Amino acid sequence: MLSITDLTYRRGGQSVLSVPAFALARGEHALLLGPSGAGKSTLLHLLAAILSPQAGRISVDGLDIGALTPREADRWRGRHVGYLPQQLSLLASLSVRDNVLLPGYASGQPADPARADALLNELGLAGKAQAMPHQLSGGQRQRVAIARAVINRPRLLLADEPTASLDDAACQGVTALLLRHAQQSGASLIIASHDARLIAAMPGALVLRLPAREGLPCAA
Amino acid sequence: MRRLNAVTLALAALRHQKLSSALNLLLMAFGVALMTFIVAVSAQLEQGALRDADGIDMVVGAKGSPLQLILSSVYHIDIPTGNIPATAQAELAANRLVAQVIPLALGDSYQGYRIVGTNPDYVRHYGGQAATGVLFGGPMQVVLGAEAARVTGKKPGDSFAGSHGLVAGGEQHVHAPYQVVGVLRPTGTVLDRLIVTSVASVWQVHDTDPDHVGTAASASEHEVTALLVRYASPLAAVSLPRWINSQTRLQAAQPAFEAAKLFQLLGVGADVLRAIAGGVLAVAGLSMLVALYHALQERQADLAILRTLGAPPRTLLVLLLTQGLLLSLGGALLGWLLGHAGVGLLGHLMQAQQNLGLSAWRITPSEAWLLPVAAAVGLLAALLPAVRAYRIDIAATLAHH
Repeated sequence: MLSITDLTYRRGGQSVLSVPAFALARGEHALLLGPSGAGKSTLLHLLAAILSPQAGRISVDGLDIGALTPREADRWRGRHVGYLPQQLSLLASLSVRDNVLLPGYASGQPADPARADALLNELGLAGKAQAMPHQLSGGQRQRVAIARAVINRPRLLLADEPTASLDDAACQGVTALLLRHAQQSGASLIIASHDARLIAAMPGALVLRLPAREGLPCAA
Repeated sequence: MRRLNAVTLALAALRHQKLSSALNLLLMAFGVALMTFIVAVSAQLEQGALRDADGIDMVVGAKGSPLQLILSSVYHIDIPTGNIPATAQAELAANRLVAQVIPLALGDSYQGYRIVGTNPDYVRHYGGQAATGVLFGGPMQVVLGAEAARVTGKKPGDSFAGSHGLVAGGEQHVHAPYQVVGVLRPTGTVLDRLIVTSVASVWQVHDTDPDHVGTAASASEHEVTALLVRYASPLAAVSLPRWINSQTRLQAAQPAFEAAKLFQLLGVGADVLRAIAGGVLAVAGLSMLVALYHALQERQADLAILRTLGAPPRTLLVLLLTQGLLLSLGGALLGWLLGHAGVGLLGHLMQAQQNLGLSAWRITPSEAWLLPVAAAVGLLAALLPAVRAYRIDIAATLAHH
């Protein structure tokens, strides 16, 4: 489903990321591990077609997403990618429900309100649908962001440091939630993190280790 | 169930920044209200002036200021320049260049409404028709214009004594009361604010005044205040005023010319006010730009998130422009309503002194440009933030937040 070949990304003439080969079958999940500055977020941005690689190929279901025009990349991302940024960034001016429905507006393909309600219900947020983000706890906001990421049933669910500053129990809980919703949506979950606890929390996931500096990553 | 679109998102963002949105809305509203007020008042005054002077080619009266003659005889808002011999009417009517001469005998009023001695042609000239009763015919009979009747409460069958002078509070002519025989339908002209009678009745009031016994004028000495003249031929405009002005006691004034002069004078003041209102609109635009730009700084992460969810740059551009447009159009609508309410208030306040015929909800075509201008100010103010939103670097923004 996902394959990366000879991927190189440079910023300001310096190599930020290099991935010779990586492949992920449909339904498989992956963990991108590495210290800060290793290029984990950059790789997620490349996988989301937010950035384009200078060399190499990223293919999703046979489509070279690095070769997409900006317009095509936006459309592809809106349809096939669920993205959880490091900072959850719910829109403060919108209710919980509207935040979940937001991908519909952004991608131009209206999201299913019934699915939004079902997701909120499943995530224990049914009573908070009309609440504003500032009225929620950190954990509740994270669950809203998860609902927003999976509402359009993406092929790729990308999460950037979702367990940072969480205790072990919360780390387990969030990871399980992400895995469950990825499976329900038929998505491959790819988490970028420096948190080694996730190896245990994501049994069976492919692990791609990114070194701190330039160098070849090694798959485990 | 509401659907998310650029308008609902922009409204949500504006609601989220309540104070800033309200201040910008008010600033825009203030500018538009000022502009609306000036435009509406100017237009209504000009329309009213044109309507009142329509069909009157020339006014003949006593020598003095021609503008004063027009203001007193056509618009009934100034003191007459004096009187002229009543015989001038017949002399003028005999001229082949003259189609119609309507005499006016002024001098008295009732509760601030002027009593105009004239003939039924004057009523017909303004399209006056009796709403109740009949037009005046016999001695001391009057008909009241619609507004004069409404304010004074007089109706057919009532009688009243006129006061000397053209403002309320003058000496009353109790010896010669007028009989109300009719009330006119509203015409939207100066006629609505007048009490109309025959010239003979006005003469009778003064001829029989016990305070002026022995000074009653003979038929040949009777005077009128002014003569409203309609030309029989366009050629009259060239020769007739010159001929009249060459006579020692008479002067001719042309309403169109004097009104144009007056509006030119008033126009200078209106231009200054317009410039001030334009300045306020510009400040409103700048303030909106600052607010939207500031909001953009705070919402960079939101916009980057929208991009990660698949929104193309164009969507962000439209979103920011919609925000500016909604703010400016909201302000413009509020300002327009306030401006017209101001016109209504002015009309109400001036009614007691000098009715200018101002109406709050009479919309003039000259206001049509206000909305596009306000929209343009809003779009212009939102353009810079919108372009920045369009160019947002998603990866860099996500990395910094």
